[in-house]
Amino acid sequence: MADITLPAALQGVELVRSVRTPARLEYTYTAGVATTRFLNGLAEGKILGERAPGGKVYVPSRGADPQLGVPTTESVDLPHVGTLVSFCVVNVAFYGQGMEIPYTSGLILLDGSDLPLMHLIQECPVEDVHIGLRVEAVWVDEADLGPTLESIRYFRPNGEPDGVVTQPGAGVTW
Amino acid sequence: MTDDSGVLRAPLVIEYPFSRTTGPVIGAFLTGLREQILLGIKDGTGRVIVPPTEYDSGTGEELGELVQVGPSGVVDTWAWVRHPMPKHPLQVPFAWALVRPDGADVGFLQPVDAGSIDAMTTGMRVKPRWAAEREGSIHDLECWEPDR
Repeated sequence: MADITLPAALQGVELVRSVRTPARLEYTYTAGVATTRFLNGLAEGKILGERAPGGKVYVPSRGADPQLGVPTTESVDLPHVGTLVSFCVVNVAFYGQGMEIPYTSGLILLDGSDLPLMHLIQECPVEDVHIGLRVEAVWVDEADLGPTLESIRYFRPNGEPDGVVTQPGAGVTW
Repeated sequence: MTDDSGVLRAPLVIEYPFSRTTGPVIGAFLTGLREQILLGIKDGTGRVIVPPTEYDSGTGEELGELVQVGPSGVVDTWAWVRHPMPKHPLQVPFAWALVRPDGADVGFLQPVDAGSIDAMTTGMRVKPRWAAEREGSIHDLECWEPDR
């Protein structure tokens, strides 16, 4: 590297070594009709799935069966309990996190559904979280319900014996 | 919020908090801006380049002789912006101009707040307007204005 010579006016001042260059993208997200039905359900304290003609129940539904390519036809008011089919313990802090680490996010296959929902697993030490854990939704106060997945604060163990999970991520439709 | 058919919509903002290291030459240039001093660098032929570059554009030779230029300069060429966009440095009509600070041999692209297109001419003299709070960034040099 070449020797740098500075004009007298800048000698002895602290030199700039880095600059912040944030990249920001501003979108308007449009949920679409099927996801709007799901989100409006959450605002009423319900977890609504949709059944496709082949029998599978998707939650949240995108309005069509991804395997058959046909519209879902029937709304299904799902129970608020399910089985943990996969999870991730987050040990690394990142920008915008808003959660105290370590914490667990998991894929929860609600009873009667064929597609797991991703949500937080709380009220359970991270070392005790395991595939097959039976969990239940913990909701915000009724006055705070809104058309957002944040109407469910998290899922917690409900004390039932473990469910049978034949393979991690079971129920995920690839 | 919803649209006319009741479909939900919501703002979605994604932001990546990048920072990047400046290296010794751009770092010195930004330090100068913080101190309200404009820096150029001498290339192999003795020309003064603003903003300073780490390497000679003709030979690739490393450069290191930073020199103070300005503070005022001259507009080499310009284009008028009638309708500023949200991310433009000024929210009133302004000029993007190649401003060549006194003592420099090349101009660099800068906003000029002249108030009106009629106040802009090629060859006009301009002086820098510094930001009130400076942190060692290109935004420390807010814009240029006519130097009458």
